[in-house]
Amino acid sequence: MDTLQKPKRRRFIRIASAGALAASAGGLPALLGSSVAHAQQVLGDDTFATLTKIARDIYPHDRVENDLYRKAVAPYGDAAKQDAALKTLLTEGVAAVDAAAKQKYRKRYVEVVDEKDRVAILKAMDKSPFFLKVRGDLVVSLYNQPAVWAKLGYQGPSAEFGGYIKRGFNDQTWMDSV
Amino acid sequence: MAAKFDLNKEVVVIIGSGAGGGTLGNELAQKGIDVVILEAGKRHEISDFANDEWPMFSKISWLDKRTTSGTWRVSRDFPNLPAWIVKAVGGSTVHWAGASLRLQAHEFKARTTYGAVKGANLLDWPITLQELEPYYARAEDKMGVTGTHGIPRLPGNNNYKVLAAGAKKVGYKSFHSGNMAINSQPRDGRASCQQIGFCFQGCKSGAKWSTLYTEIPKGEKTGRLEVRPDAQALKIEHDKSGRVTGVMYADSKGNRSLQKARVVCVAGNSIESPRLLLNSSSTMFPNGLANSSGQVGNNYMRHMTGSVYGIFEKPVHMFRGTTMAGIVMDEARFDTKRGFVGGYEMETLSLGVPFTAAFLDPGSWGREFSSAMDAYDSMAGMWLVGEDMPQENNRVTLHATEKDAFGLPIPNVAFSDHGNDVAMRNHAFKQGKAIYDAVGAKRTVFTPPYPSTHNLGTNRMSAKAKDGVVNKWGQTHDVKNLFVSDGSQFTTGGAENPTLTIVTLAIRQAEYIAKSMSERTL
Repeated sequence: MDTLQKPKRRRFIRIASAGALAASAGGLPALLGSSVAHAQQVLGDDTFATLTKIARDIYPHDRVENDLYRKAVAPYGDAAKQDAALKTLLTEGVAAVDAAAKQKYRKRYVEVVDEKDRVAILKAMDKSPFFLKVRGDLVVSLYNQPAVWAKLGYQGPSAEFGGYIKRGFNDQTWMDSV
Repeated sequence: MAAKFDLNKEVVVIIGSGAGGGTLGNELAQKGIDVVILEAGKRHEISDFANDEWPMFSKISWLDKRTTSGTWRVSRDFPNLPAWIVKAVGGSTVHWAGASLRLQAHEFKARTTYGAVKGANLLDWPITLQELEPYYARAEDKMGVTGTHGIPRLPGNNNYKVLAAGAKKVGYKSFHSGNMAINSQPRDGRASCQQIGFCFQGCKSGAKWSTLYTEIPKGEKTGRLEVRPDAQALKIEHDKSGRVTGVMYADSKGNRSLQKARVVCVAGNSIESPRLLLNSSSTMFPNGLANSSGQVGNNYMRHMTGSVYGIFEKPVHMFRGTTMAGIVMDEARFDTKRGFVGGYEMETLSLGVPFTAAFLDPGSWGREFSSAMDAYDSMAGMWLVGEDMPQENNRVTLHATEKDAFGLPIPNVAFSDHGNDVAMRNHAFKQGKAIYDAVGAKRTVFTPPYPSTHNLGTNRMSAKAKDGVVNKWGQTHDVKNLFVSDGSQFTTGGAENPTLTIVTLAIRQAEYIAKSMSERTL
């Protein structure tokens, strides 16, 4: 039998483990149907609104409307209802973000006007379990929305349309004349 | 009709149904030999595939918990996902891209060609390219590889056109739309490629070769092959003489069965295969089955990899059409003037928005990241894949404390880049950027290695029993009726995508097993 070398300190860098990826992915059908109203109710309006602002600051796309960021945060409604530890992580995380904003700018996070100032607050806590959890979940829940795909020019499923063989798989010619 | 064998019938038991196991199972069945394939995953069919990255990831990936160690970045970003492979009938041939390249002659003689590389555990293969050539030809024919046997190449998509235009400007000579196991015209009862994309999610048209809908149904049709899904192999049993006698396996509810075996072939990919041998230790084999050399699990290779994404003024729509749509082969040569031994290939690659977000630069956020995602539709992508150095301490071991659902130790995968791997990756990043810059890239992004898709070397082939686990037939040095039939038998990795070589070795191994059985030496 062989034994394992003890892994080095890794407690705080569980960024997007297979488990998290799979859990996010496995929960996707429910995720897409998650209700914003339910999440607001479970997390409280202020916490939900702050999480939505944080979501935009982590993955800022000017052409993506707020509603899609709200939908990216919405799965936390069901998840936090079933998982008290997650609810605590989220509410305490938002409280910490607000505390930092108040100390630095005398305002709540959502009231800080300049994106750069808000990002500075997040940067200062980018190793915290709260930030890592939210970032790791959002990279799935934001970018897995077909409405976001459309904004970014990704056409999604193609087999049902006969693939791209007659729909432009080789339609670009600009590279030949660069 | 697919066979249904009694547990007490002494059949050839193959563990795993991917490129190695699925091919071997069909080849043996065609020769009239009774075979049971134990497959840990479920049996999905083409109708179960969806053009949707995350749902398919959760449906087909091997997600059983594994741990990682070493300095590789995968261990930081994806600590429990060292490998991105499939747990389903068909194995990773369900999600592979289809690139089918022969290893080069000198790559079978890595130790002789490269000399002693400090810190590397290099060894020559006990076989040559010349010996394998007839089997490579049979594998290419079986798989319908484009650019071989008079099969036309696929048309290049936009992503390929960017790669080719850049390669030409840089002065590369050897680039084309690849040698792909994807039908460019109807062949072997399967349709031609519709340029759907989503090769990694299971091919919806069946144009891409996968054992799931080629080898396995063909084998089943003989009445000699039974594939048992939801059958996780737990332990290989042996008798007092040291011959293996059967395989203990369990379904997902935990019900255990013992399938008797005349021969056992392990083809569970380079993490599960050594894990099974190590978990099969006994008083006779205290360090694990077939492990008198101590090499089971060692020399884990994953290919030097990385990706370059180029962002352009005009649209590319890289997701349209085949995922791996073309290749530049000029850097695959052996040329130490570049500062490293071994070579690498540059192959187009595309991911959809969900996977691009997750893998482009894991952990990054803010405007720098989102501005790259904003340019998704004008992004071209390439994957860099080259030979990495076998190192004894890069290895699969049994976890000291963590157990799986069946109470068996889970595997830990330790990996750290060799200096040669780092030098090669840096060179490949630079050349990849040069290709995209040559056609006017506004920005290029260097993407670190994804979780390993090419897992190799952990039961390696060697001429001498002390240097490795199996001989040139994939037969273990220690146990005559125990074989290894997957990429874990690779002595070294070469620069090429490994599937064609795995299939080639399986065809050859089937001949050897059949001959030995008829001569009663097995």
